[in-house]
Amino acid sequence: MVSEKPPRTARTRLAVAGARAATNGALGTRSRRRAVAEAMFPAVLLLGLGFAVAGLASMIIWMLIEGTPRFDAGLFTNPPSRLFPEEAGYRPAILGTLYVIGGVIALIVPLGVGAAVYLEEYADSSRWFNRMFELNIQNLAGVPSIVFGILGLAFIARGPLSLGFVAAAGSITVAMLVLPTVIIAAREAIRAVPSSIREGSLALGATQWQTIWRQVLPASLSGIITGVILAVARAIGEAAPLLLVGATFFVTSDPHFFEGSYTTLPTQIYTWARQPQEELRVLAAAGILVMLALVLAMNSFAIWLRNRYEQRW
Amino acid sequence: MGMPAMVNRTAASGAGAGSPRRSLAAAGPRYGERLVQLLLGACAAFSVAVTAGIVLSLLSGTVDFFREVPIGDFLFGTEWAPSFADARFGVLPIVVGTLNIVFWSLAVAVPVGLASAIYLSEYAPRRVRRAVKPMLEILEGIPTVAIGLWALVFLRPLAEDVFPFLPWNTPTSVGVAGVAVGLLIVPLVASISDDAMRAVPAGLREGAYALGAGKMRVSLRVVFPAAISGVVAAIVLAVSRAVGETMVVLMAAGARPSLTVDPTDSVQTMTAYIGQTATGDIATGTVDYYTLFAVGALLFLLTLGMNMLAIRLVRRFREVYE
Repeated sequence: MVSEKPPRTARTRLAVAGARAATNGALGTRSRRRAVAEAMFPAVLLLGLGFAVAGLASMIIWMLIEGTPRFDAGLFTNPPSRLFPEEAGYRPAILGTLYVIGGVIALIVPLGVGAAVYLEEYADSSRWFNRMFELNIQNLAGVPSIVFGILGLAFIARGPLSLGFVAAAGSITVAMLVLPTVIIAAREAIRAVPSSIREGSLALGATQWQTIWRQVLPASLSGIITGVILAVARAIGEAAPLLLVGATFFVTSDPHFFEGSYTTLPTQIYTWARQPQEELRVLAAAGILVMLALVLAMNSFAIWLRNRYEQRW
Repeated sequence: MGMPAMVNRTAASGAGAGSPRRSLAAAGPRYGERLVQLLLGACAAFSVAVTAGIVLSLLSGTVDFFREVPIGDFLFGTEWAPSFADARFGVLPIVVGTLNIVFWSLAVAVPVGLASAIYLSEYAPRRVRRAVKPMLEILEGIPTVAIGLWALVFLRPLAEDVFPFLPWNTPTSVGVAGVAVGLLIVPLVASISDDAMRAVPAGLREGAYALGAGKMRVSLRVVFPAAISGVVAAIVLAVSRAVGETMVVLMAAGARPSLTVDPTDSVQTMTAYIGQTATGDIATGTVDYYTLFAVGALLFLLTLGMNMLAIRLVRRFREVYE
């Protein structure tokens, strides 16, 4: 009987290579050294992980030490000032961030969830334009944030929309930047709803939209909310695209949404950090504490929500 | 909505014609359903419109730029001084600045990220895994302005204390900024590689264990090669992130375009140039203004190429094992 060679897929090739390597090791003369290496290896790996954790810890501890002296009520209620850095605060910047984020939420929830529902529930992936939507969203997620700033500058602040350098322009720019994040997260949440729920609903005579609205969306709500919170947390800290749509003005009065200059928390921090005075850097660090507290609280809430409501069907 | 009407019509057709079979298809056109589908499709199409907007805005500005500056001068020139009276538009110095950042960030993110991924997927007990994963997610969520300030005010003096023999002449330096960017992309490298390694079937590991291999050999010789396409995808995405990172390099790497490989020097990157120029007052229609678009287009093409490659690689490891 002729023994036929099995088809050599990537898996079998790897298994064979692994097996060969392993036997060589067991029969070789260097097994003692190997045992030492085996014992050392996890320590080396932990060193790598420790480096990342140490970086994160040093970052947060340094911010706390640097920013705490200026972490007072005036930080939230006072306007910025170059002349009196001890008194200066972030009031217009915080309001500006709230405006921008409000606009972002109003845009990304309908657009992001709508696109996700379409791609998961309606799109026939054999049609070329549906495949294009898919590839397009994946690519859009990887476009550098500053490039969205260029889009905002050429299309929203100037050009076709011509909104001017106002909070609304910043809002639309950042919304487009975080939209792919929302779509990808919402799609995953919708995909996790088992098809038996859809089939049950359809069998009872519900239309496709009734099924989506009353069964699929409620079942995937926690996942969608998690995605939206993560996207908003990212939007709060995003400074690069806003540099191009006017958020670097020195604003001392409260901003408006559609008119007048505005600034945001991250861009105001950047402006202070560029100044050479020590007091202004402390002020920047204090501003980062505010922003970090906000972002970390939102991220932790999102992670908690995901773990708490992660449904196993 | 259209429910009662539909019920009546089915009842009427069923009773009136007396046909033996009833159709299961909707009796009438459902305009509401069609409208909803159309609206949702429009939401999905919006993201294509965003991409189109990016391409159009970059393209029109770039075309205007190349009307003033020959394309050869831009791509191969070695002097970058677009806002000087005697303007020079050689993009190489800021491309080299970006490559410097990529080099130093990968020098941190690849070993740290891969070590973390191997530890998390092969060694970590469940408890550790559940504590470390959110920590990496938190690191990923820290605003880049914060990391930039930390690099400038904390990491830079620290680097001077640790390596006093190096010539630290400027308050900003590309090596320090690169390390900070590296820390920023560690979570990306770690989480994608971790996913790829966990997707390797347990059978491969068990086969190697059965032949007497230790955990290190299994990790390095079986799991790692089997997950290689995911690992490469993670690194490609990390490069793309490092190329596109703006705030950290703007704050910590400086604003002096130069063809240097010295980690203590300050450089300007493509993103930092865009951020810096846009922050000042800039008039539409000037060459300065169009330069933004030309550099932006170059940045977009570079990252787009890398992202496409990464998407392919990720798809491959999904296909093999899932």
